[in-house]
Amino acid sequence: MNAFTHASPYPVASADPEAPDAPGAARPSRPAPRRRWSRWATGVALAAPLVLAGCNAYPSYGAHSGATSQGQDTFKLYSGMMTTGVIIGGLVALLILWTLLRYRRRSEEMPRQFHENIPIEIAYTLVPIVIVAFLFIFTVLTENNVDAVVPVNATVTATGNPVVHVTVTAFQWGWRFNYPDLNVGIAGETTNGPDNHGPQMVVPVGETVQIRLVSNDVIHGFYVPAFNFQRQALPGVTNFFDLDVLHAGTYDGQCTEICGLYHTEMLFSVRAVSPSAFAAWAGSEVQAGHTLQLGGVPASNVPPLETHLTPSIPSPPLSTTKGSS
Amino acid sequence: MTTIIERPDLIGPEEPAGPGGHGPVEHRADDDGHHAGPSGIVNWLTSTDHKVIGKSYMITSLVVFFIAGVMALVIRAQLASPTSSLVGFQTYNELFTMHGSLMLYLFAGPFAFGGLANYIVPLQVGAPDMAFPRLNALSYWLYLGGSTMMISSFVVAGGAASYGWTAYAPLSNATNSPGAGADLWLLSLGLTGFSAIFTGVNLAATIFYLRAPGMTMFRVPIFSWNMLVTAILILIAFPVLFGAVVLLFCDRHFGTHIFSVQGGGVPVLWQNLFWFFGHPEVYILALPYFGMVTDILPVFSRKPLFGYKGMVFATMSIAALSTGVWAHHMFTTGVVLLPFFSLLSYLIAVPTGIKFFNWIGTMWGGQLSFQTPMLFSVGFLFAFLMGGVTGVLLASPPVDFMTHNTYFVVAHFHQVLIGTTVFAGFAGFYFWYPKMFGRMLNERLGKLHFWTMFIGFWITFIPQYLLGLDGMPRRIADYLPSNGWTTLNVVSTVGAFILGASFLFFFANLWVSWRSPVAAGDNPWDGGALEWCTSSPPPHHNFTHLPPIRSERPTWDYNHPEHRKVHRAGEEPVPDKETVHAGVNS
Repeated sequence: MNAFTHASPYPVASADPEAPDAPGAARPSRPAPRRRWSRWATGVALAAPLVLAGCNAYPSYGAHSGATSQGQDTFKLYSGMMTTGVIIGGLVALLILWTLLRYRRRSEEMPRQFHENIPIEIAYTLVPIVIVAFLFIFTVLTENNVDAVVPVNATVTATGNPVVHVTVTAFQWGWRFNYPDLNVGIAGETTNGPDNHGPQMVVPVGETVQIRLVSNDVIHGFYVPAFNFQRQALPGVTNFFDLDVLHAGTYDGQCTEICGLYHTEMLFSVRAVSPSAFAAWAGSEVQAGHTLQLGGVPASNVPPLETHLTPSIPSPPLSTTKGSS
Repeated sequence: MTTIIERPDLIGPEEPAGPGGHGPVEHRADDDGHHAGPSGIVNWLTSTDHKVIGKSYMITSLVVFFIAGVMALVIRAQLASPTSSLVGFQTYNELFTMHGSLMLYLFAGPFAFGGLANYIVPLQVGAPDMAFPRLNALSYWLYLGGSTMMISSFVVAGGAASYGWTAYAPLSNATNSPGAGADLWLLSLGLTGFSAIFTGVNLAATIFYLRAPGMTMFRVPIFSWNMLVTAILILIAFPVLFGAVVLLFCDRHFGTHIFSVQGGGVPVLWQNLFWFFGHPEVYILALPYFGMVTDILPVFSRKPLFGYKGMVFATMSIAALSTGVWAHHMFTTGVVLLPFFSLLSYLIAVPTGIKFFNWIGTMWGGQLSFQTPMLFSVGFLFAFLMGGVTGVLLASPPVDFMTHNTYFVVAHFHQVLIGTTVFAGFAGFYFWYPKMFGRMLNERLGKLHFWTMFIGFWITFIPQYLLGLDGMPRRIADYLPSNGWTTLNVVSTVGAFILGASFLFFFANLWVSWRSPVAAGDNPWDGGALEWCTSSPPPHHNFTHLPPIRSERPTWDYNHPEHRKVHRAGEEPVPDKETVHAGVNS
C-alpha cells in the first residue's frame, strides 16, 4: 500500500474495526484508479526536469547570462541551483498535490492513526544534508572565482592580461569614476529627470577592470544587472572587485541600497569598448578637461578624492590571480 | 478540492458532548458572571485575562495589517507605470519604510505571539491564564502605544521615517534623516521591543510551569512548542535590537559616533547588530505560523501529527541555526566571512525540509476535508515551498551578488512572509475563531477569501521574481520605459489588487458572523488539543474539567477512545470517559 503505514511501530488502529461513523467497514479496499494516478504523477515528475534540462545545460530561468566572466560563473551557479530547486520543489509540490487529491475525504471512515516512521524520517533528514553539501561546494568554488582580485598595484594579471584600475565613488546622488592611471575623472549627478541615464563608466573589453569602490556619505550599492554583480559602497570601507568584461556594449547600472531622497534616480551605465577605442576615449576625455581634478560636474557637487576615508583598509588578499577567460 | 463534509460530531451548544458535556455541565461559557467584574470598555481597559488581551492584540494587529496593506497597494499603484507621479519620492520612501515596519514589527509578530498565542497557549497547556497576567497587560499597552507612535509619525513635520525598515546607518543618522519621524520610529521599536520581550517571558514561563497534570513536554501541542521556541528566540534577539536602537538614538541626539565614520565609528556595525536581531526575527515571525499549520493539518486529516518529535527537534534546530546566519543579509557588503554564513544558511533548509515532509506525512493516508482553515494551510504549503526554494538560492553569496536588493528578494520574502503570516495566520484565525467567539465563520465566504487571495498572491509575486532577475532594484519609486519592466509591473499590480480585494470577503464574513451568528459549540472541527475540551469561548480561568492527558491530543483521545494512541509498555492507558478535575493549577 504505502510506505508510511507499513513500518508504523504502533499496533494499527484497524485492529479495532468499530469506527463510529462507518461501522463494520474499517478498511475498505483502495479504489482502483489509484495506481493509474500514481504512475501518471510519477511519470510527469520524472519527465519535467528532464525536459527542462534537455533543452539547455544552463537554462536561464529569467536571469542574465552574464557579460563578464565573473557574471557567467555566477549565472552557471544560479542556473544549476535553480534546476535543483525546480526538481526538488517540483517533486515536493507534486507530492503535496497528489496527497491532497488522493486522500481527500471520501467517507467518514477513520483513517489509520500512525504517528511516525523512523527510517523515512532519517532518510529525509540525511538526503537534504547531502544536497545542500553539494550546493555549498559549488557555491564556494564559484565564489572563489567571483571574489578573486588581482593585487591592488598590479598592471598585469598573472596571465599577463592588462589591468585597468577604476575608483568608483558613490555619493548622494551620483557616481564618480576615476581612472588614476589615465588622469581621467567622470562624475555625474543623476537627479535631473527621467531621461538622464547618469554618468558612464567606460571599460575595455578583454582586460581586467579592477574597481575600487568607496562611498562619500551613506551606503550605496553598485549594481550592474548584466554583470550579475553588486557590491555595497560603504563609508569607511574600500571594497575591491574585478570585472572581466567579455562583450562590448552598454550596460545599465543603478544604486541598490536605499540612500535617501533621490535613490530612485541614482543611475549610471557601463560602456565596454575595445582596448584601442578605450585608449582613444581616455585621451579625448583628458582633452575635454575631464580629469581627476574636475570630472565634468559643478565643482560644488563633486566629491573630494576620498579625503573622508579615515580608516585605512589593507589591500585585498593577494592570493588570487584568475585566468581571464 | 471543495468537498464539504458534514461534520457528524459537530457539537451544538444545546447538546454538549466531550469532556465538558459528559461531566457536570453547570460551568458554561456564561459563567464569567461568577467573577463579577467590570464589563465592556472598562473590562477591556483593566483586564489581565489572557483571552481579553489576546483579542485586543489581534484586533490591533489586524488594524495595523490593513493600514500597511493599503500602503502596499499605493506602492503597487505607483509602480504600475514608468515615471509615475502618483506619489513623490519622499512620500514613496516613507510608504515603503512604514509598510515594512508596520508589517514586520507591528503585525506579523504581535498577531502571532501577542494575539493567537496569548489566547491559545494557556488553553493548549491546560493553564488558567498566562504566568504573569499583569505583565501580559503591560505588554499589550506598550504595544498599543508603540504602534500608535509609529503610525502617528506620518503627521509630524518632515514626515515618517524614510530609510527602509532596516534603517541602515548612516542614512538613519541625524544628518541624513533629521525629522522627528525617525525618532518616533526608534522610540516605537523600543516600546514594542519590550512588549515582545515581556510576552516572550510570559509564554516561556507559562509553557514551562503552568502545564496541566499529565502534560509532559512531549505532549505539548506543536503550536505551543513553537511558541516556546519563539519566546526563547525573542529573548535572544530583541534585546540586541533594543541595544542597537539606543545606540542609534545616542548617535542622533547625544553626539556619539558609534555608526559614523567621522568620529571613528563603523557603519557596518549597525548591519551586524540589526541582522543579529533580524534573522532570528524572521523565525520569530515564521515559527508561530508553522505551529498553527502543524496543529491544523492533523485535525482536517483526522490523523495525529506525523513525526511529532522530529517536528520539535526541527523547530529547535531552525531556532539555533537562525542565530548564526545574520551575515547572509550582508554578503554584498564585502566585509563578512562568507562561506561560514553561507553554510549555516544552507543548513536551515534541512529542518525546514523535515517539516515539509512531516506535514505531507500527516496528510498521507488521512481523510482530508478542505474547510477554510485547511485551505489556508494548504495555501501556506505552496507559498512557503516556493519562498523556501528561492531562499536556498539566497544562501549562496554569488547568487546574492546578483539578486540582493532586487525584486527577486522582494518576491522571495513576500512569499515566505505572506505564506506564513497571512496564509497560515488566517488559517489559524479561521480555525480558532469559533473557540474565541463561540460562533462560526461562513464557509463559503471563507473559501472565496482563500481562492481570491491565493490567485492574487501568485499573480503578484511571480512577475516580481522575473523583474528582479532582470535587474529591477527594490525601493525605487519609478523606472524608465526603456527598462522594459512595465508589463510585469502592471501584472504584479493587478495581482496585488486582487489580493487586497480578497479581504473584502473576510470583512463580509466577520459581518455575517456578527449579524447572524451560527453557534460553534465546543469542538466544531473535532480538534485534538485541550482548547477544544472547554466551552467556546472558554470560561474565566478556562477549564472546569480536563480530560486525562496521555498524548499531544487529549481531547481527541477522549472523544475517540477506540482510536487513541496505543502506548508503549509502562505508559498508563487512557481511562475511558472519565474526567479529572482541573483543580491542580488553581
